[in-house]
Amino acid sequence: MEGGFWTDFAWPAVLLVIKIVAVIVPVVLAMAWLTYAERKIIAAVQLRKGPNVVGWFGLLQPIADGVKLIFKETVIPSGANKVVFIIAPLMTFVLALVGWAVIPFGTWDGGKLVVSDINVGILYLFAISSLGVYGIIMSGWASNSRYAFLGGLRSAAQMVSYEVSIGFVLITVLLCAGSLNLSEIVLAQKERGLATVLGVPALTFLNWYWLPLLPMFVIFFISALAETNRHPFDLPEAEAELVTGYNVEYSAFTFALFFLGEYMNMILMSAMTSILFLGGWLPPLDVSWLNWIPGPIWLALKISFFLFLFILARAAYPRYRYDQLMRLGWKVFLPLTLVAVVVYAGVLLYAGWLPK
Amino acid sequence: MVLQALAFYVFAAVAVAAGIMVVTARNPVHSVLFLILAFFNAAGLFVLMGAEFLAMILIIVYVGAVAVLFLFVVMMLDIDFVELRQGFVKYLPVGGLIGIVLLVELFVVVGGWVSLPATKSAIAEPVREGVSNTAALGRLLYTKYVYLFQAAGLILFVAMIGAIVLTLRHREGVKRQKIAQQLKRTRAESVQLVKVKPGEGV
Repeated sequence: MEGGFWTDFAWPAVLLVIKIVAVIVPVVLAMAWLTYAERKIIAAVQLRKGPNVVGWFGLLQPIADGVKLIFKETVIPSGANKVVFIIAPLMTFVLALVGWAVIPFGTWDGGKLVVSDINVGILYLFAISSLGVYGIIMSGWASNSRYAFLGGLRSAAQMVSYEVSIGFVLITVLLCAGSLNLSEIVLAQKERGLATVLGVPALTFLNWYWLPLLPMFVIFFISALAETNRHPFDLPEAEAELVTGYNVEYSAFTFALFFLGEYMNMILMSAMTSILFLGGWLPPLDVSWLNWIPGPIWLALKISFFLFLFILARAAYPRYRYDQLMRLGWKVFLPLTLVAVVVYAGVLLYAGWLPK
Repeated sequence: MVLQALAFYVFAAVAVAAGIMVVTARNPVHSVLFLILAFFNAAGLFVLMGAEFLAMILIIVYVGAVAVLFLFVVMMLDIDFVELRQGFVKYLPVGGLIGIVLLVELFVVVGGWVSLPATKSAIAEPVREGVSNTAALGRLLYTKYVYLFQAAGLILFVAMIGAIVLTLRHREGVKRQKIAQQLKRTRAESVQLVKVKPGEGV
């Protein structure tokens, strides 16, 4: 074997670990302060102050919450199926993290800032988000409690239903971009699009897919709310009817893992929406000082915008009833997206805009 | 190459072990969970072979949708473990026979490759450099096999309609929400102003 152990195995492995840490640490920190942001924003909507005691403006509140959850006792119910009960929160947390492997953060010296630049990145993200249901359904079953079980069942049906329309929305984006690779999708939004057609290439935000695919963009965002079990589709954890649903038997750190997983999924879904519809790491205008700002910052700004919408949706809308949720998914979104795939494909083919 | 071989053996070993656990686990829910593990490792093997599109589709379709519904149904079953074990001996001959037939078929295929080199031409060619997996599959499916592909789609469509027809039943006396009707309601037909005299009530 030429090259030896160090250059062939050890050094790439170390590099990979550094890359993973560089992605995961900011994501986890963002997640922690997302909980703070959520409490502050909802408080502002409801004319309250929100957390303001721990640290300046309550900025250290997430740390206090984390410490509290870590030092509590983990209670495992005697009727629970112990192994599955422990695996379920771990699964939720890990699945929320592994999706970040394919998120591209920008370009640097001609290379791409991404942990793993795989050909089928978008399918990988779709697969990971469809797996998120297992943590919830397993926890619901393993808790051996009626409330938790009902929450798990609701969640399973809900996530499977909304995945279908998400899949069709992804297909419309793929038709426009002509690639399953997430970096290629972002780069496709840089060069071709509405701004180029209109003859104003400096307005790159017109190139992004949010405008030509506006109905799909809205459907995708609403489906993302349902897919992450967020308000107004948070029926799996409806506190008024199911106590808190699937995580009712969980305590201390096992509960924290569910909580972290949910927020991480929100960030992941926001990242996915930014990449598919808002041009990922691209600046909104092709101006030199905006181009100078590094890509990860643009991506973070776009993600923050969607997270803000997630939180506003929680503050503004009452919870859907379950039959209304199913009606929206199967009778409104599914036909709409199905027709949209045909229409977009037809228009692209007819106008000759299909990517080469 | 060493890493690939190592990954292959890990995936293959876990897949086989999970497969064995599917049939031997006492709890049906555990069986389904092991089935999911087996799917996962199969997807890993696909990735190692360079068929990343198939791997992702396997996870999305089987693990993300089919197995969820399996789990959904199995969790709601009222399970009596003693009763579940009783049929084991009765069904052993039939199950064993099917297993042996599958094994023999596999041996015939692999044996054919070894003893008759001409049959090797039927083995699928790996994807060439520079062509992505998805593009290669798409080109083949929508050109050479387009009629078969459409026929498969139609069969699935008919099956779907059949399943819907079989389970659809209209029940009398069920109140359903009609959103259009709710939106059409006006103030005139739903609100009534009543003058109430003091001390009399409505």
